[in-house]
Amino acid sequence: MKSNGIAAWAGHIARAICLLALLLPAFAFSSDRVPKPVIDIDKPGRCVEDTATMRREHPDMLKHQRDLTMHEGIRTRKHSLKECVACHASAKTGSVLGEKGFCQSCHDYASVRIDCFSCHASKPKLASGAKP
Amino acid sequence: MSANDGLSRRGFLAISAATLGGVMLAPGIRLIEIAGARAPEQAVSRQVRWGLLIDTNKCAPGCDDCVKACATENGIKNTGHPRTDAQWIRKVELKDMRSGRTSSVPVMCQHCEHPPCVDVCPTGASFKRADGIVLVDRHICIGCRYCMMACPYKARSIVFQQVTDQNPDVPRGNGCAEGCTLCVHRVDRDQQPACVEACTKAGHNAMIFGDLNDPQSEIAQRVAKYASTQIRADLQLNPGVRYQGL
Repeated sequence: MKSNGIAAWAGHIARAICLLALLLPAFAFSSDRVPKPVIDIDKPGRCVEDTATMRREHPDMLKHQRDLTMHEGIRTRKHSLKECVACHASAKTGSVLGEKGFCQSCHDYASVRIDCFSCHASKPKLASGAKP
Repeated sequence: MSANDGLSRRGFLAISAATLGGVMLAPGIRLIEIAGARAPEQAVSRQVRWGLLIDTNKCAPGCDDCVKACATENGIKNTGHPRTDAQWIRKVELKDMRSGRTSSVPVMCQHCEHPPCVDVCPTGASFKRADGIVLVDRHICIGCRYCMMACPYKARSIVFQQVTDQNPDVPRGNGCAEGCTLCVHRVDRDQQPACVEACTKAGHNAMIFGDLNDPQSEIAQRVAKYASTQIRADLQLNPGVRYQGL
């Protein structure tokens, strides 16, 4: 009887440890221990492609579009950097750069340098007559 | 054998249909419109050759409306270094020493058919678009300045300073060669270059922009009717910019 009880206890403890081990990553990532980029997203909703595709593929889309525009004069709006900036610029700063800016916050987090904005405008064009 | 014959015949028919597409059916009516307004998803065509005609008789000495318009449109600012600041268009005053006749002409990238800047570029950044506009692809430019050396018109500049607050249509930045783009972003929207628009708006009418290959265009008709010259025509680069009254 006694040995049975001990075995049952040991079984319970083993099961609990297994469960804990399984849940550990979930606990770790759901907590605030892992820093996440803080991004101001003024216009939530669907981009030109779904979010997963955009996260992974946006550099390729931009590169493809830039060559078409530069060399062949194709100026479709869907994958153009100008349209990205026009839609994603923060309402507060008017820019995609800045600490919480749409582009910079994530690129800082991933430690990827963005070269785009050493030449390209990081703010959309102001409507004529509007003041900065 | 017979299958081969069929294929080649079909191929021949396809080629002849494609060729016929561009041929005029009746005056002004074509199966495929060659030089018309281009859709945004359509690539530039080599049927078009963009050009400028500058009437030096109407270009007043001291007037720099075109230069100002260019700077505003393309975001070229005075950085306090006039010797090295980018210069896409400049006014040149000429004087014939024998007759004393003076003329004042705007000089910008002449958009050559055989551009020396393209020949010398080691990376392929300097290139000519199918419609004759000579551009710098800043994504590829390494800032070596060979093109500045090669250009007989001194039309290329390099940017020495960080650039901020660019026009979203005209990206430009430190360390890249650049020059007049014929306002390619406006041309692609069926607008005139900023210099031409400013010159016309101010009532000078000294500049015309258009398709040199389109016999219906004003520029082609003017070039056909009046004597015009290309600067340094002896170099046989066939520039797209022509001058009247030089």
